[in-house]
Amino acid sequence: MNRIKPDAQLALRLYVQRLGDNALITGQRMIERVAGEPELEAELANANFALDYLGQARMYYSYAAELEGAGRNEDDFAYARNDREFQNFLLVEQPNGHFGDAVVRQVLFDSFYLLQLEALLECSDQRLAEIAARAAKEIRYHLQHVSKWLIRLGDGTSESNARVSESLARYWRFAGEFFAGDEVDDKFRAAFNGPDLSALAVTWQSNIDALLAVATLTVPADIEHPVSGGRAGLHSEHFGFLLAEMQHLTRSYPGATW
Amino acid sequence: MYTQGLDQQGKPEQEKQRRPAESEAELRAFQRRCDAEEKIEAKDWMPEAYRRTLVRQISQHAHSEIIGMQPEGNWLTRAPSLKRKVILLAKVQDEAGHGLYLYSAAETLGVSRDKMVDDLLSGKAKYSSIFNYATLTWADIGAIGWLVDGAAIMNQVPLCRCSYGPYARAMVRVCKEESFHQRQGFDIMHVLCSGSEAQKAMAQDALNRWWWPSLMMFGPSDKDSEHSAQSMAWKIKRFSNDELRQKFVDATVPQAEFLGLRVPDDDLHFNEATGHYEFGDIDWQEFYDVLAGNGPCNRERLAKRQKAHDDGAWVREAARAYAAKHAVQEAA
Repeated sequence: MNRIKPDAQLALRLYVQRLGDNALITGQRMIERVAGEPELEAELANANFALDYLGQARMYYSYAAELEGAGRNEDDFAYARNDREFQNFLLVEQPNGHFGDAVVRQVLFDSFYLLQLEALLECSDQRLAEIAARAAKEIRYHLQHVSKWLIRLGDGTSESNARVSESLARYWRFAGEFFAGDEVDDKFRAAFNGPDLSALAVTWQSNIDALLAVATLTVPADIEHPVSGGRAGLHSEHFGFLLAEMQHLTRSYPGATW
Repeated sequence: MYTQGLDQQGKPEQEKQRRPAESEAELRAFQRRCDAEEKIEAKDWMPEAYRRTLVRQISQHAHSEIIGMQPEGNWLTRAPSLKRKVILLAKVQDEAGHGLYLYSAAETLGVSRDKMVDDLLSGKAKYSSIFNYATLTWADIGAIGWLVDGAAIMNQVPLCRCSYGPYARAMVRVCKEESFHQRQGFDIMHVLCSGSEAQKAMAQDALNRWWWPSLMMFGPSDKDSEHSAQSMAWKIKRFSNDELRQKFVDATVPQAEFLGLRVPDDDLHFNEATGHYEFGDIDWQEFYDVLAGNGPCNRERLAKRQKAHDDGAWVREAARAYAAKHAVQEAA
């Protein structure tokens, strides 16, 4: 595996870019769900949240482009990179299943992402702290919304409980990746007072434990074989299709403006 | 986004029935209120046929918004820039929102949303036939915004003055958003037409496919329109189908010229004497075929809605069970 030690500036840029990757791929999966939600109100919520993620992706990519200073823009990050250059968590790229799958995936990810954003309020890069402050407001609301859904589904019918229990069992192994960290995280933490991932892991686990208890769901056992690879650009097989769909038009007409 | 042709699809024999309880005096008093441009509110007395006409029209309008999410949603994952993706998503979300408050407006007339959704899924209720056409390229998203939302605005602005208060008020908000959509659609077309030859060709192809269905959105010609006269008398409708269609053509043809696109109608010409564009014959057989369920995407649109409804059944059931459980706990 490629082990380049990033300097502080590169670590900052990659850190911001990864935030963008998580936000974009989350948003992309959410918009696949449009017109397929169980209720009209859920349709509005899904679109609303996807708009937030896509808006965040644009802020992160624009900032990453500025930090890089190579003349790229937000769309170059979204549309002109290949799979190995995307470094999102594998959880967010997993294909959409049923409504309960979406709820569980969002609960797991948003629970981490909110803690990450709150920690970033304290980071020494002012611009990133500002973006994080704005994003945190949005994600706090998302988390509240999906947590309520998880509680309804967990404590609803035996069928809904069984379905989300199964979703939880399936996605649990992806959560370890949130806290694994690599050279970028280490350098970003050292140079910019970035998040302490081991502290976040403790808080995340205790928040999830509390939520699952209310939702009458069992906390899955510790993961023996956590999944990882997103931070190294090693994705699941699903990712190539997501990217092919998202980028097909821009790649079909190179150089065109839209 | 809306539609029309919607006041054409009811069951006329039912509309002609009158409840025995409706006296001539009541009907005359109601008509006087309409004539005086008073707003009719949910709790006011109204003729049963007025209520039915509005339920049909408003629910079909709501269904059109909901089904309309599909052809545009088709390009969400492939929108060619993040900005375009966000704009399109906001538009599709607006449509869901329009659907929601139109269903609410219809509910003030005593029909439940569940019943309206059932009627859509069973095929009993219609939606605008324009949404049974396929969105094949990115330019179709531009064409829909420019033409379909443009036509919708022509239809809907007069509905802001509709005699039924809740509908009129809903339309004020809808119209504001539709005019954004129309401008965004035109902007997509403008950028394409300022782009490469391939992009211009994409824009022209989209206009070729969407022009005639857009003209059909105004519904059958006045001479074939079943419900227009009564709807006009009740101040539900303000302009005839043909008047609105003409207004749309007059507004849109110069826009096409500005874009450098050719309207696909050899008979189209400007009449100096009348100040209007005259256009060729509309293929009404195509309109009635699509209306009857035989358009390019009728089956797919309804099947997708049915699948979402079916897939969501366990979720709605869980939400009900949870609410019931906790209502009992709170009461205890």
